[in-house]
Amino acid sequence: MSDKRLTFKKRLHIIKHHYRGKKMAPAFNALHTFLYTPDETTHSGSHVRAADDLKRTMNTVITALIPVLLFSMFNAGYQHYAAIDAANGVARELSVFGNFLTWDNFWIGIIKVLPLVIVSYGVGLLVEFIFAVIKGHEVEEGYLVTGMLVPLIVPIDTPLWMLAVAVIFGVIIGKEVFGGTGMNILNPALTIRAFLFFAYPTWMSGDKVWVYEAVDRAGGPDAISGETILGYLAQNNASEYSYSLSDMFFGFIPGSVGETSTFLILLGGLFLIFSKIASWRIMLSAVIGALVMGLMFNGIVDQGWIGETSKFYGLMSFPFWQHLIVGGLAFGIVYMATDPVTGSQTNRGKWFYGFFIGFMSVMIRVFNPAYPEGVFLAILLMNVFAPTIDHYVIRGNVKRRLKRMKNANVLPTDSEGEKKKLQVETA
Amino acid sequence: MALLTKKDVSLISDPLADNNPITIQVLGICSALAITAELKASVVMAIAVMFVLGMGNVVISLMRNIIPSKIRIIVQLIVVAALVIVVDQVLKAFAYELSKTLSVFVGLIITNCIIMGRFEAFALANGPWRSFLDGIGNSLGYGLILVIVGFFRELLGSGTLFGFAILGDPITKTGLYATGYENNGFMIIPPAALIVVGIIIWVQRSRTPALIEDN
Repeated sequence: MSDKRLTFKKRLHIIKHHYRGKKMAPAFNALHTFLYTPDETTHSGSHVRAADDLKRTMNTVITALIPVLLFSMFNAGYQHYAAIDAANGVARELSVFGNFLTWDNFWIGIIKVLPLVIVSYGVGLLVEFIFAVIKGHEVEEGYLVTGMLVPLIVPIDTPLWMLAVAVIFGVIIGKEVFGGTGMNILNPALTIRAFLFFAYPTWMSGDKVWVYEAVDRAGGPDAISGETILGYLAQNNASEYSYSLSDMFFGFIPGSVGETSTFLILLGGLFLIFSKIASWRIMLSAVIGALVMGLMFNGIVDQGWIGETSKFYGLMSFPFWQHLIVGGLAFGIVYMATDPVTGSQTNRGKWFYGFFIGFMSVMIRVFNPAYPEGVFLAILLMNVFAPTIDHYVIRGNVKRRLKRMKNANVLPTDSEGEKKKLQVETA
Repeated sequence: MALLTKKDVSLISDPLADNNPITIQVLGICSALAITAELKASVVMAIAVMFVLGMGNVVISLMRNIIPSKIRIIVQLIVVAALVIVVDQVLKAFAYELSKTLSVFVGLIITNCIIMGRFEAFALANGPWRSFLDGIGNSLGYGLILVIVGFFRELLGSGTLFGFAILGDPITKTGLYATGYENNGFMIIPPAALIVVGIIIWVQRSRTPALIEDN
């Protein structure tokens, strides 16, 4: 009698009914719906069902992030050994199967990158569960993507307790105080990044934190450098790094854990565009914005307004299109700026929103005295402006339609009075 | 006759919690953001405001029947400016370092919304004794929040309280710093005060739901 035996699924449903209405119900339901669809059915009327619920959306973004994560684990090890070779004066040729996709590299990824992922998810979901239990609502899926983004945008040597503190801050102040997923003004992952940047600047900038062990070895005989390309440029030392354009594009450079590989980010971005999760308008306009700002800076250098002695020379003279393949610009544009909650909602607004993200990113990158990167600040700033942009786009639409309404004869037989009445109603 | 009637007591106790000038009326925020990075500065600021508001309320209350209502704001400004100058000079004379820390914010007590607010709302309509109590009560409520914010900002931001190292020495790595702990630079910058005040407001309103405004 197989139908009398309780399957795991049925047992879970029974437990669920047992917990219904109790305090811990949200916590249990969150775990339950990960495994199975709930057994509730609608009791009245028919409802449109779509396959892409919030969890599916989140999972799509995470899928797009998996290649980046795997690459970053190998890159963590590769940069570590490359920095040691560089410090010892040993020449190093990159070969993808020879010295990049190796177990040694991957092992450093496992001991350094995985703990970041685990802490990020563990602490963040714990906060979400606590809030769900206190407020008595279902656990929201919003943290699934944030939890994956956070470890990818911090330096590899970030101490785990700092990450935990920042995650608690970001989830509570960045999201829960506004009412949880979907209500937040600022992107929670970037709130976490900004908190880390302002709270522990020595761990978030400089020439040590980007490569595993560079901090521990600093000052000793086996010191290694972890300077990023933007770091070299900010010090006007463009001639000191030896990364080729393909290194920059494919990501064999030091930087925040997951930001380096523009190639994989591009693939993830295309995947998100074709699965219609992320907005191509934001991505495209952000790229345009960055190029425009880069061109302007290049123009300033070409005009001779900025001399080689200026502290802005290195970053300003950097070829405009290369801004896209170093630093976190590509990662920010593809995965952060396109956040549907904090970005602009209107199609026309998305163009403005994206454009200014790219524009401001490069501007802050050049002018920021402490830290040659500005993507997270630019996106947070535009997050704040997104509702204002939407407001004016909608106002503009209303005005245009009113004008059309005024010029058009609604009906040939209409009297003047009725036309006015219709106008008032539309307004 | 008791020195303080029940009504008088509520003049002092209400601003401490349910009618706090910072967390409920959201006044005096600027100074709460600017000078609370250190506990000492918070305390001195609280005392300075207490002096100005207590005395000012009494003066305005005594003059309330002779101030023409058309120029009352100017009169109030003169009173508060005179008192603030006294505070400023006293600080410069006896606590020069501290007056440097507080810098322009002592002078800006003049524009502290709490002070003008109490002059307008209370001292112009009540006797000197009650006005005095109201001034003390409101500046206590203001000072309470300042001290709470200053406590957390100095402890988390610098690891000290009143300048004494509480968590050990961050340079030589003693105490808590030996475990890898580091000061939180975010708490030093003024936006952190906004967030701490926000959290206090959040905690207070969830403890007393009657304070939550209708939308």
